[in-house]
Amino acid sequence: MKRWLPLVFFFVLVGFFTKGLFLNPREVPSPFIGKAAPTFSLPVVGDAQSAFSPADMKDQVWMLNVWAPWCATCLVEHKLLMALAESRTAPPIVGLNWKDKNREAEQLLLRTGNPYVAVPDDLSGRVGLDWGVTGTPETYVIDRAGIVRLKHVGPIDMEVWQNKFVPKLKELGA
Amino acid sequence: MTCRLIQHGLLTVFLASCVAALASEPGAATPTTSTTAPPTAQPLFANVAIEARLTHLSRELRCVVCQNEALSESPAELAGAMRQEIRDLMKAGKTDPEVLNFLTSRYGDFVLFRPPFKPVTYLLWVGPFVFLGFGVLVWFMALRARRTFKGAPVNSAQLAAAARLLEEKP
Amino acid sequence: MIPELGTFALILALLLAITQAVLPLLGAQRGNLTWMAVARPAAFGQFTFTLIAYLCLVYAFLSNDFTVINVASNSYSNLPAFYRITATWGSHEGSLLFWSLILAVWTIAVATFSRTLPEEMVARVLGVMGLISVGFLSLLLITSSPFLRQFPGPAEGSDLNPLLQDWGMIIHPPMLYMGYVGFAVAFSFAVAALLSGRLDAAWARWSRPWATVAWAFLTLGVVLGSWWAYRELGWGGWWFWDPVENASFMPWLAGTALIHSLAVAEKRGAFKAWTVLLALMTFSLSLLGTFLVRSGVLSSVHAFAVDPQRGAYILGFMLLVVGGSLALFAWRAPRMIAGGAFTWFSRESMLLANNVVMMASVAAVLLGTLYPLFVDALGLGKLSVGPPYFNAVFVPLITPALFLMGVGPLMRWKGDSVPDVLQRLKWALGIAVATGLLLPLTLEGYKPWAVLGLGLSSWIALTVLIAFRERAKTAGQLANLPRAFWGMHLAHLGMAIGVAGITMVANYEQELDVRMNVGDQAQMAGHTLTFMGVQQYAGANFEATRGTVIVREGNAEPFTLYPGKRIYNRSGSVMTEAAVRPSLVSDLYVSLGAPLNDELTTWAVRIYHKPFINWLWLGALCMVVGGFMAASDRRYRIGAKARAPAGQAVQAVQGA
Repeated sequence: MKRWLPLVFFFVLVGFFTKGLFLNPREVPSPFIGKAAPTFSLPVVGDAQSAFSPADMKDQVWMLNVWAPWCATCLVEHKLLMALAESRTAPPIVGLNWKDKNREAEQLLLRTGNPYVAVPDDLSGRVGLDWGVTGTPETYVIDRAGIVRLKHVGPIDMEVWQNKFVPKLKELGA
Repeated sequence: MTCRLIQHGLLTVFLASCVAALASEPGAATPTTSTTAPPTAQPLFANVAIEARLTHLSRELRCVVCQNEALSESPAELAGAMRQEIRDLMKAGKTDPEVLNFLTSRYGDFVLFRPPFKPVTYLLWVGPFVFLGFGVLVWFMALRARRTFKGAPVNSAQLAAAARLLEEKP
Repeated sequence: MIPELGTFALILALLLAITQAVLPLLGAQRGNLTWMAVARPAAFGQFTFTLIAYLCLVYAFLSNDFTVINVASNSYSNLPAFYRITATWGSHEGSLLFWSLILAVWTIAVATFSRTLPEEMVARVLGVMGLISVGFLSLLLITSSPFLRQFPGPAEGSDLNPLLQDWGMIIHPPMLYMGYVGFAVAFSFAVAALLSGRLDAAWARWSRPWATVAWAFLTLGVVLGSWWAYRELGWGGWWFWDPVENASFMPWLAGTALIHSLAVAEKRGAFKAWTVLLALMTFSLSLLGTFLVRSGVLSSVHAFAVDPQRGAYILGFMLLVVGGSLALFAWRAPRMIAGGAFTWFSRESMLLANNVVMMASVAAVLLGTLYPLFVDALGLGKLSVGPPYFNAVFVPLITPALFLMGVGPLMRWKGDSVPDVLQRLKWALGIAVATGLLLPLTLEGYKPWAVLGLGLSSWIALTVLIAFRERAKTAGQLANLPRAFWGMHLAHLGMAIGVAGITMVANYEQELDVRMNVGDQAQMAGHTLTFMGVQQYAGANFEATRGTVIVREGNAEPFTLYPGKRIYNRSGSVMTEAAVRPSLVSDLYVSLGAPLNDELTTWAVRIYHKPFINWLWLGALCMVVGGFMAASDRRYRIGAKARAPAGQAVQAVQGA
């Protein structure tokens, strides 16, 4: 019976490899899912006197979109975000301006439209680090109690919106 | 015979020690006779002790935006930012476990190159030694079987044929 | 036109490979000599057309034909000619074609050097190799053709990845592939033996030189990769336990177990089942490496293509080849009659112990490499398993093997006496322990791992000396000793040298990160380094900044190092060109970091002192040379001449 062991072991490996072909080893889940959203207080782009903090969005389901004016993919995603903002069916989106060293965010939003209810300015990237951001664009969904419920790495397109975000938002009663 | 062996062995050790001593002995540097000492390069980061800790720790950490590289060697911008963050944390007095905790609470266990010892990694850490132990067991069992070994069965016809072959001229 | 010729040549090669596989295998099954005789000509034909296809790709690169997608993605008109040739294996498609070519090379080698083997055996071996060729050629043609074209072609290519524009690229992949693919020969011999149902000592004797040569090539390939990384990456690392590195290390470990196991199978007829399984496993691990690099299931700096579709095809191919061979093994296992009795204290038992340790090491590396995949596939999250894990686990596991390396070669077959062996080895043991414990006292800092490493290294070296002493007494002149003897001991000595190098560099390397202004001095291990500023210059396809560092050590003649940075024109990638001053006892390694001011007069500079790092490469070289020596032992060559008439007689008898 021992003689069949190598073959059996090999089949088990192949099973894992087959599953592995459908996975993406680079997609890292956020450790914040199910935990309270990290707090911060940042000045807002275009209005240095006001500050934004996640506490401002309490009792709503909302989304945090991490973006940057120098990020080409974000500009593509921007169109969808504009559509969502205008449709009024999507929850409010806060746009975290990440590492905008050249201070281009304000001009860009004036030019292309602003889908965000607020644009906190994370110049140093410190807040991004606190949220476990690895690049742009990334989007989080936070519920009424301030708990992070979803993180999506990469741009949101129609497919991702329909398959990933809509069910989750429905579940949260958005 | 053993005396020769001792001689050879001691010679080897002696030679090895010489090589090692040569390798580690700082060369006898002659001081320059110039009136002004040449400027000494400053360490890149002021706090050498913290840099040493950072180097050691960042070898244990994964660069999250790279394809399997350590934080210590990654040229990526985010990696540099993370290293700076670690420096700041260490300057603020955080210990190594606290720094690691800071990073794993934001990026998950994925950021550690040394998987923590948790239920999900018991198999990983214990596995290799289990394999070795299992192998030793197999070794013992194979030896026990060999001691009472009997060859392949041979009948008289085969023996006769073998005898004939041995008789044949090459 | 030429690329289409290449595709056509590949199709012909595939057809010939199918012929090479089907007819001889069926012929061997039925005793049909004519069909069996098809094997050799088909093999030569397949080689010819694979070579033609490969040369077509080389032509496309050399002539800067950017209508060929592969050329456009991996080349650039200013790329120096020899890099344009090496770029043929720098991509997924090109490297698969290269794999197929190397497989064809080994196939004709087997076809040529097998005149003394029974025709049935040769037919089966070439047939199985043909099956493997069929797999790779069809993978090439169906999913990964390097000859796909785009019209209109772009005006310029995207350039070869600058990391690959180093002469290590010229030699590392070919040697590595010679090793990987070389184990297909041992695999084919094993499958041929399983198919025929005859697993005797003769099979082991025939396979052994092939396995040893493949092992020597794989050793060379792995070490060249390590050496290349050391010089090219700019931070002095030489092994990272990256999944793709592990994918080359596992077949090496299994291959080492295989060549040792074949020794027992050949000499004593024992371990036949083990050895067959090892032969199957070693090549399976090569194929696993192919899968891991190209499927995207693991994250790696070396990964070629992250393409699940191609991964699926390779997995299917593996299922057939590996699954089929393991099924064949399970089916034929009862037929394998154990041979050769031995006691617990004999060379066989030491070699068995070595096998066990090697396999445990393979299993450990496999576990660590695949664990992130296991955990993710089971939905348990994402983990990373990196160098800290592998170093922690591998060193304790390989230690017994290193110890056995000293004992095994000195023991007698069948059984030896404990007091006798102890008597012969007690001084070596004592001196090794003493060296391990005392030598680190002369070094900077007493490190426990250095004790272990230096102790093991001197143990192995001393036992090699003892072996020569003892053998020289009976054999007279050392030059008369058989090459197999020289080869084995040279390889073991190489291991000792390598272990000493690794121990020293891992425990005693020093690193210094400084900011240097023009004229600043830094100290490292008795050297005084003075930074003299940078110069800009333009290379063939890059812009470079070259720093000048003058190094003085005591009263010795000062020398100059030129660490630099290159920005490649086409891709914009930045490469660090480290400057290394090698010597037998250490390397001084200087790497230029980022500029710290706009005038480019102040730079971040990293200085490394790496003691005994070159012993690593030297030790590995000894292993390679030892392997080739052992494989060229005269008993494989003389036996060949004497047996030729016998082979023909067998053919005559079978033909009647």
